[in-house]
Amino acid sequence: MQARVFVTLKPSVFDPQGTTVAEALHTLGYATVRDVRQGKYFELEIDAPSADEARRLASEAADKLLSNPVIESYRIEVTS
Amino acid sequence: MKFAVVVFPGSNCDHDTYHVAKEVLGQEAELIWHKDRSLGRADVVILPGGFAHGDYLRTGAIARFSPIMQEVSKFAAAGGPVLGICNGFQVLLEAGLLPGAMLRNRSLQFRCQFLHVKVEQTNTPFTLASRPGQILKMPIAHGDGNYYAEPDVVSRLERNGQVVFRYVSPAGAVTDEANPNGSLNNIAGICNEARNVVGLMPHPERACELAIGSADGLSIFESILKKTPGVISGAEVSEITPGVFSLAAGSQTVLNK
Repeated sequence: MQARVFVTLKPSVFDPQGTTVAEALHTLGYATVRDVRQGKYFELEIDAPSADEARRLASEAADKLLSNPVIESYRIEVTS
Repeated sequence: MKFAVVVFPGSNCDHDTYHVAKEVLGQEAELIWHKDRSLGRADVVILPGGFAHGDYLRTGAIARFSPIMQEVSKFAAAGGPVLGICNGFQVLLEAGLLPGAMLRNRSLQFRCQFLHVKVEQTNTPFTLASRPGQILKMPIAHGDGNYYAEPDVVSRLERNGQVVFRYVSPAGAVTDEANPNGSLNNIAGICNEARNVVGLMPHPERACELAIGSADGLSIFESILKKTPGVISGAEVSEITPGVFSLAAGSQTVLNK
């Protein structure tokens, strides 16, 4: 079972890296790119009996370690 | 007085901090490995600067799970004085011993420079030897020092007097130019509600001898000595480190210019 965890800064939190990447894209001529938010991506290979169990475990990992709830939120996708 | 300086893999200010406690202040000091499960009979715990665990994932995110952190939490909960310097501050934030989080510096640059902070609160174990509003010249060296917390948390910090240090101009003005990293309200250091846990981004341990640019950081270490009367008197501190008491007599910062 694989759980993919996408960690991003909360919308209310300023993302200086994303802003800089957006500016670089504008320099390259991609004027239609309105905004960039940079985040982190994790692939967790999990031995779990079900997708629900894998999701539960990934969620726990994201709460405890992979994300900081003060500044970040996350989304999980599970594939077998 | 015994200082415990925690050493994480990647700490690089541990020996500077140890040097200040042991050699400059003439106190007992011990380096404690992060996998240890005892702080010994420490009177004060310092989490030093550096790049614990390579700053992987987030600054301090992995260090907070080091075995010694359970002991640090217990020590703090019992009212023991804990100081987090730079990376140590980041570890305290991740561990939830202080509120908020660090973002990348708004410039995206690693900033390594001397600057000025104002002591906003003197009722913490690490600032009681300072004058209210005293300006300290200390260096910073960080890439993630952009202090952030939810607006209600920041309001609470301000209301409770938990903002201990603020980035200011040499004259003491809270300006955007004086803010090296984008921290909310120019916050350079905070304390917990019980006021015994303090974190700051500047490096007082790198500013304890005039020969290396400033001795203003000594007031932070001096404070902790004063906290335990009888351990060492102010006069004794003065004998060990001549010049320390010019902090009280006049601004050390002026002397350094």
